[in-house]
Amino acid sequence: MTIKRWSRDEMAAKVARDIPAGSYVNLGIGMPTLVGNHLSAEREVILHSENGLLGMGPPAAPGDEDPDLINASRAPVTLLPGGAYFHHADSFAMIRGGHLDICVLGAFQVSVAGDLANWHTGAADAIPAVGGAMDLAAGANRVLVMMEHLTKAGESKIVERLSYPVTALACVDVIYTDLAVVDVTRHGLAVREIVEGLAFDELVRMTGVALSDRRASA
Amino acid sequence: MIPATRRAGPAMIDKTVPTLADAVAGIADGSTVLVGGFATSGVPLALIDALLAQGARELTIVSNHAGNGDTGLAALLAAGRVRRIVCSFPRHKDSWVFDGLYKAGRIELELVPQGTMAERLRAAGAGIGAFYTPTAYGTDLADGKETRVIDGRAHVLEYPLHGDVALVCADRGDRWGNLVYRKAGRNFGPVMATAARRTIAQVREIVPLGALDPEAIVTPGIFVARVVQASDRDDAAATPRAA
Repeated sequence: MTIKRWSRDEMAAKVARDIPAGSYVNLGIGMPTLVGNHLSAEREVILHSENGLLGMGPPAAPGDEDPDLINASRAPVTLLPGGAYFHHADSFAMIRGGHLDICVLGAFQVSVAGDLANWHTGAADAIPAVGGAMDLAAGANRVLVMMEHLTKAGESKIVERLSYPVTALACVDVIYTDLAVVDVTRHGLAVREIVEGLAFDELVRMTGVALSDRRASA
Repeated sequence: MIPATRRAGPAMIDKTVPTLADAVAGIADGSTVLVGGFATSGVPLALIDALLAQGARELTIVSNHAGNGDTGLAALLAAGRVRRIVCSFPRHKDSWVFDGLYKAGRIELELVPQGTMAERLRAAGAGIGAFYTPTAYGTDLADGKETRVIDGRAHVLEYPLHGDVALVCADRGDRWGNLVYRKAGRNFGPVMATAARRTIAQVREIVPLGALDPEAIVTPGIFVARVVQASDRDDAAATPRAA
């Protein structure tokens, strides 16, 4: 049986499904922005962008872009009725002060302890840039990570110990990959869902770290 | 047209100045300059250009980005005026000026998480000696810093980030220095305005005293030293910058 890897959109839909109505949520740069496409107006979720927006709406329509109304990824966006603007110290008080329910981040690696690496490859010649990654990872009440399960070389991005530089320690709550949804618990990694066609034992072999099977059907 | 605010008598407070050159006059070599803005929003482009023309050297720049393309901060960097930059996200697809200087070892970088940068500015403006934050604990950016476990959670000690000068971009201002901003262009402006000894604001429009709703003033004038009217973004992008 062939494995039907989840597409990025399917992963985003799974994340969106797990965000309770009424949540204040920050969607990180890259894959996490797709989650916005799967949130519906009937289940209100308020999006935060760390450059100073709450109640962020969809991308701006062509011709309606405003250079003063952008998200943290520098893309032109809109503000919903009820939205608010605020300065950076307030914006990060929301993040660090425990007011942000959820942030969704991309990652290079997540460890079994929930340590996150997503800001720097560690390459000696790379120009470092961190932005709000460390504040979001350390500050949000729940950190959801979206990433491919394996690197292009076939190595697991879920690891015993990070080999990339740390963004924040023990911060990740759930990992959504193209192969599985994995909860980070006090007792280790617990698999909640696996793609069709992939056996649990095979997932463990590919991942290379201890996993427990907590699927509803298991 | 002479703005109504220029009619103030000598005993009246008037923080407005007529030209961009007046606005940046006196910025000394070696100054630490806080520069507002996030990507395309709220960047005080006219003031940065005026600072380039003014000629101050050996500057330390505090800004979320390290310049994009060949204008604004990138032009100041390219002119060799900046010794050091304190920044959260210097790298971008069009940050080639910074990238080149950094790789050549010709500019010093202090990389700071964005929220820590904002809070260090806030602390400077609020007279706070230092603060503990959970951000960056256990990372390379906390190397060598004091740490403390507070309420079961590890924190990193961070110090305030003071400026000699802040350059901010607001939408409207009055002769007392009160400011309101525009949309996400607000970003670092209000905290930087509090954190510098001399805050200089470029505004799209100078309005008479009382025209700004006191309930909605974002930066009260006590934090602002000079206000200058500068052409809006479209003019700045479309016309050659006045030296």
